[in-house]
Order: sequence, then structure tokens, then C-alpha cells
Amino acid sequence: MIEERFDAIVVGAGMAGNAAALTMAQRGMKVLQLERGEYSGSKNVQGAILYADMLEKLIPDFREEAPLERHLVEQRFWMLDDKSHVGLHYKSDDFNEEKPNRYTIIRAQFDKWFSSKVKEAGAIVLCETTVTELAQDAYGKVIGVRTDRRDGEIHADVVVLAEGVNGLLGTRAGLRERPKPENVALAVKEMHFLPRETIEARFNLKGDEGAVIEAAGTISRGMTGMGFIYSNKECISLGIGCLVSDFQKTGETPYGLLENFKKHPSVAPLIEGSEVKEYSAHLIPEGGYNAIPELCGDGWVVVGDAAQLNNAIHREGSNLAMTSGRIAAEAIFQVKSRRDPMTKQNLALYKKMLEESFVIKDLKKYKDMPALLHNQSQNFFLTYPQLVSKAMQNFVRVDGTPKKEKESSTLRSFVSARSWTGLFGDAFRFARAWR
Amino acid sequence: MSTDVAVRVEDKLFYNRYQVDPGRAHIKVRPHTTPSPQLKALLKACPARCYELNDSGQVEITVDGCIECGTCRVIGEASGDIEWSYPRGGYGVLFKFG
Repeated sequence: MIEERFDAIVVGAGMAGNAAALTMAQRGMKVLQLERGEYSGSKNVQGAILYADMLEKLIPDFREEAPLERHLVEQRFWMLDDKSHVGLHYKSDDFNEEKPNRYTIIRAQFDKWFSSKVKEAGAIVLCETTVTELAQDAYGKVIGVRTDRRDGEIHADVVVLAEGVNGLLGTRAGLRERPKPENVALAVKEMHFLPRETIEARFNLKGDEGAVIEAAGTISRGMTGMGFIYSNKECISLGIGCLVSDFQKTGETPYGLLENFKKHPSVAPLIEGSEVKEYSAHLIPEGGYNAIPELCGDGWVVVGDAAQLNNAIHREGSNLAMTSGRIAAEAIFQVKSRRDPMTKQNLALYKKMLEESFVIKDLKKYKDMPALLHNQSQNFFLTYPQLVSKAMQNFVRVDGTPKKEKESSTLRSFVSARSWTGLFGDAFRFARAWR
Repeated sequence: MSTDVAVRVEDKLFYNRYQVDPGRAHIKVRPHTTPSPQLKALLKACPARCYELNDSGQVEITVDGCIECGTCRVIGEASGDIEWSYPRGGYGVLFKFG
């Protein structure tokens, strides 16, 4: 048993855990961080896009040394049917700024660097250690953790659960339920390596500029899901994810979807001739505001994916993780500075501060979106993409048909697929969930 | 695109690095005679195809290629069909890129 007592134990060394451990260590707290991987990052999977603003709040000059891939100058949204994509592309030279707003990163490399900052700040980081259980006193107050190391139980005033989307420890201790199949997406991803000039030519990029593509449509075969293609310096991250409940219901395979996505005529030329160097999978919290569990209790707080903090609509997660980790650490530090005990009541300061931040405000804004997309997945991910593709083709193909006839045939295809009531209903429900 | 492609998942797993913990499976399937709908779903939903049907029709797991996503836990733990943990510290998949 480790006799030493810590101010705080942080479980997990992803974005949320590193942000929390760094913030507390910077304030002079005695912090122990436990990570099951051989180093911070070796178990972490993300697309991945890094949002600079949230990292700047932790490490203002991170651009000087963090392993970043490309700063993003272009965002493409694609709606796909089997043979086409209808795209909305936004590219601006404004993004070639002194302090770019978004970057692609490779998590295993980025997290290793992030962890080095945590260590520099004075936290003890213990890797290759799986936390198996929370240690609780007779009243249920969390007093520490048990690990799979022989020396067993370690004690602290507060435990920060940054254990990732599965949230196993919290479930085992009865602090929250395990994620439901309809509230998490399973995403699979491959890393496709190509010479950097090839990537720059295929995405029309200069130097370290980067582009990302988010794609939805028939690639998910009527399931609620999305594909993504992110340009890194010398590789392309390509993946696709759908709700676990949809996989369960349809019997589709994640790798089957991935292979089909790669064969799509709009996608295949981007990765042609690449060498794949890794295949990974990860769950993504998709339940939004309504899936957020209890955020704190006696002796503990939960942050990041473990708290299901992910904005599925804007594809933001790592920044919510980083922010929740930082805010939890600031709240803990305040409680400690007042020499107050780490009770649920005192730690509720974290919840209050999080509610005042963009994290909870954004999730609240879209609280009805997950259910809408889930219940209407056939329409939003299959029927509409097909209709829109047909409409676009009808619009651009020149074949002597008078334009008026083309327009009425497009309108007829929408009405016969969804009916007037259906069309207005979908538009109304979508607008209501979005506002 | 509606026709499914034959995908060799084992080829994909071959790209990855693993530190296998022999004799210590971190996931276990509850003994059964006929698989539940949840267990059957795992045959398709597991991205590493760790779950397979044996000759007598039961679902078996080989954890060596597991990429530790938790999908099977979300589908099959509540019903008691599987017992799910993470591997011991330092073992399991070791992502180079993640």
C-alpha cells in the first residue's frame, strides 16, 4: 500500500484527466495521476481535431512545442448517396492566422506531450496501472482507489474520474449507469499514410494547411452515423461511426461500413495508394444533455467523456473534456483553499461553474437533437440524402427537359417519399431541436 | 454499395501493436447453451471480431485482438451475458497513433 496521501487522484490521462491534473499541480496541489496504458495516449483514440482556445487556457504557448499536424483552413460537409456527394465547403485564408483556431493532431503523440507538461507541473504520473475500484468509507464517501498493482489502495481527499467514455469505475461504484446503446456511437478508424505532397495536392493545401471532411448519408445505411476524413501531415485519418443501438438492430458490421466508405467514388481517390498503419475503434458519447450523469459526490467528480460531455452536432468532445477537467480542478482548488471538506455540497461548485461555461450551455441548446436524429435516422441518413442527390443531378444535367418540368419532378420525388405532412413535420422538428 | 464486401478484420488488427496477457482474458462470456440476442449481436458489432460462434452454436470470445472500445459491454453486460473489465495495466492494445 502506498502510505502517502494525496490531495487528489486523477484516474485517466486523456484530455480531461491531463487538464485536471495539470491545473491542480500548477496550483501546488499534491496530485497522483493513474493511467492504464504504457504511456499517456497509448489507449486514447480520437479523430482528431484540437481546439486551440481550450488548450490555450491551460498552456498559453502550446504552439511552440506541441506536436500539431495541420492548422485547418477548410471544412467540408458532405451529404452522400451511393455515387455522389452534395457538399458545403468553407475555406478561408482568415484561418491562416498567427494563432490558428483548430488543428489536426495524432492523439498518441499529442497526449504524450500533454502528459510531459503535467509531470513538469509536479504531478506524479503512474502508467501501466489499471484502477479496478473506488475505495469508499462506510458512508459511501470516496476516499481513494484500488489498483491492479500489488500495493493496492491509495488515498486522497478527492478523486477526479477522467476514465473515459466507458466510465467503468463510476458504474461499479453505483455513481452512474453504464452508457446505453442508444447514447453511444461506435466509431472505427484507419490511419492512411501518403507522402505529404500527395496529401496537399489531393486536398488542395499549401504547406501546413489542413482540411477536414464530415460526411453523412447512405454510407451509414439508414443508421444514425457519420464518416470523417481528416488530413494530417503525412497521413489521413479516415473513419465512420454509428450508434451502437443501430448496429445491434441492423446487424451491420463496423468494418463493413468502413470498407464501403473507403470505396465511395468521392472518397477512394483521396486515399488511393495509401499504406494503412493502424486500425482503431472507440465509443463516442452521443446522448447529449439528457445523458449527463451526476457530476459530483462525496469525494469525487467526473469529467470529460466519462461524464458524457460531447457535442455530437458540432463534433466537439476533446475541448469539452479539457474544459471540464480544468473547471473541476479549479473548483477543487477553491474548496481546498477554504479548507472545506470535499463533500458533494462543496464540490457542487464544479457543477455550477460548468453550467456557466459553454460546455453545458451548448449541450442544453441541442438537448432534443439526439432523440430526433435517432428516431428519424432512416429519413435523415437515407431518404433525404438520396432525394437531395437526385434533385442536384436533375438541376445540373442538361437534357432538353424544360426547367419547369424538372422542378416539378424534383418536388414530386420529395412529396412521394415523405408526403407534405412529413416534409413540414421534419423541418419543424429539426428547427425546434436546433434553436 | 449495398452489397457487403468481404472484410478480413484480422488483416486490420495485424497493423496494431498488442501486449497480450496470456491466460488472463479481460472479458468473459457467461456459459450458455443457446446464445441470447445480445450475444448474437456481438458477432457483428465487435469491431475486432473477437466474438465467434463455435461448432456447437455457442458464442466464444478470443480477447487477443480486442481494441478495448467497450461496445460489447454496452450491449451485453446489463443482461449478464458478458463480464467486462480493462486489461491489467500495461497490457492490451498499444496505439501508436490513436
